[in-house]
Amino acid sequence: MAREIGEVILDLRNISLRFGGVKALTDISFDVRDHEIRAIIGPNGAGKSSMLNVINGVYRPQEGEIVFHGEHRRDMDTHAAAAAGIARTFQNIALFKGMSVLDNLMTGRNLKMKAGFLQHALWWGPARREELEHRRKVEEVIDFLEIEHIRKTPVGRLPYGLQKRVELGRALAAEPKMLLLDEPMAGMNVEEKQDMCRFILDVNDQFGTTIVLIEHDMGVVMDISDRVVVLDYGKKIGDGAPDEVKNNPEVIAAYLGTQH
Amino acid sequence: MFYRETGQFKTTYAADQQIFPIRQDRIGILLLLAVAFVGIPLFASEYWFTAILVPFLIFALAALGLNILTGYAGQLSLGSAAFMAVGAYAAYNFQVRVEGMPVLVSFLLAGLTSAAVGILFGLPSLRIKGFYLAVATLAAQFFIVWCLTKFPYLSNDSSSGVISVPGVTILGFAFDTPRSNYLLVLSLVLLLALAAKNLVRSSTGRAWMAVRDMDVAAEVIGIRLMHTKLLAFAVSSFYCGVAGALYAFCYLGSVEPDGFSLDMSFKILFMIIVGGVGSILGSFLGAAFILLLPIFLDISLPAVASLLHLPFDNATVSHIQLMVFGALIMFFLVVEPHGLARLWQIAKEKLRLWPFPH
Repeated sequence: MAREIGEVILDLRNISLRFGGVKALTDISFDVRDHEIRAIIGPNGAGKSSMLNVINGVYRPQEGEIVFHGEHRRDMDTHAAAAAGIARTFQNIALFKGMSVLDNLMTGRNLKMKAGFLQHALWWGPARREELEHRRKVEEVIDFLEIEHIRKTPVGRLPYGLQKRVELGRALAAEPKMLLLDEPMAGMNVEEKQDMCRFILDVNDQFGTTIVLIEHDMGVVMDISDRVVVLDYGKKIGDGAPDEVKNNPEVIAAYLGTQH
Repeated sequence: MFYRETGQFKTTYAADQQIFPIRQDRIGILLLLAVAFVGIPLFASEYWFTAILVPFLIFALAALGLNILTGYAGQLSLGSAAFMAVGAYAAYNFQVRVEGMPVLVSFLLAGLTSAAVGILFGLPSLRIKGFYLAVATLAAQFFIVWCLTKFPYLSNDSSSGVISVPGVTILGFAFDTPRSNYLLVLSLVLLLALAAKNLVRSSTGRAWMAVRDMDVAAEVIGIRLMHTKLLAFAVSSFYCGVAGALYAFCYLGSVEPDGFSLDMSFKILFMIIVGGVGSILGSFLGAAFILLLPIFLDISLPAVASLLHLPFDNATVSHIQLMVFGALIMFFLVVEPHGLARLWQIAKEKLRLWPFPH
């Protein structure tokens, strides 16, 4: 069955972000449709990660507007973004190193847990039930990502590739509507990349999760994404289907340089 | 060989999420509780109760409080003794000023007062981290002790802030013997330790650890940093406050503000560093190590000196004692920087495999 790409759910309009005198993003507009895999590519320092940080409220742009599910905002804040169902992974793994895989994934569901700390202290009624109920959900994610054997291992002891997978798991545990992945395949070997691609495609397919993805591996980007936006020096230089973008002269110039 | 979980299968998540999922651990803890509640009261002498066991339990509770803040939530604090002082003085004031106030309620109120003060001094943690935060909590340490000395109202107008607390009577039963006193402290400390364990294995504790390990990621997940950090300060100070109230009511009977000095805060900090940062068990092990080792050295060193006919006078022996104490702390930290609790965990992992190497 063909995947159906839905309506625009996230619309970024004229976003500009400055740090003092440094312009990280200049007047960028693009949209993300429901259920699609949207890639953001560009050379190092192009502003890709800043873009994700704007989407989930870590950075607040000076200008522009964010429309998420019809709701107009000047900027996001992290809590609102998480509550609205946006989860993400980081370029440099940002797991909770001192905790086990299971606890990391459970923390991903923190926002869904309603019991207060006094109930936790007594391990009483709702707190206890909630813990079991969410454990069940987390175990589904663990099964999905095939990490059953390491669920009790502290994440600090895991090899890099698995840590990346656990971080994806932590984001998935929140049952997000939209998943922001910041270089999920950086530093992986071919086999690990294939696994990761499979997981990303499966998440998109099975759960209908919309995915915004930053990736440097062009093979991967061209293969799995529906539409690609290209940034360079904080400006948008290309936007469209992978094939269009691949043949865009500006994009080729940004990546390969121009002839003088 | 004896410590192995082979054949103990978990068929429910509830069984897997127990505090002690391994049967041998459950048996061990039951034995330990039996010794603490039955064995020790039957055989221990008055000296053991008043000079060793009660202070050990009280400091273990204070260390537990600091461990929640520093070990679990990652906020360094040098004000634990001051929060104990708040607890001690608050409990005293509730007892003296409110007619017929039950002692346990005044302990609870003392903890809550301390929690409120803890939140106040925890506010800087929203902006600063690490060593800088430690300096801010140092302000709490000096300011609180100064307040207790400066305002006679807080010590019911006694000279230089010394307070003598009334005896502990609960439901008509006077806890006036060392044994009953010990049992009271033991029960309270164990209940609070259980509550702490429950907190750290729930989403509250996970939020603390998330903030400790990677605050940006925690924020992105939707954890509110302010709420999480201030809750850690509140709960931590509650524990220190109750420990302070017990320190005054069940251990010394009479305390002064200067008794809750920076030295004591450091002592509690050393307890969690030596015992294990981010471990409930570590708080107890650390308190035992820091409190009991000097007593042990006190007894054993003069004996060793006389046995070997070494011409040491008492002053020299006490100097040697300090040196040995310091050397042992360094030794344990070099062997295992994560503290005694981690050593115990490694020992358990080794025991699972023994007598095989892998």
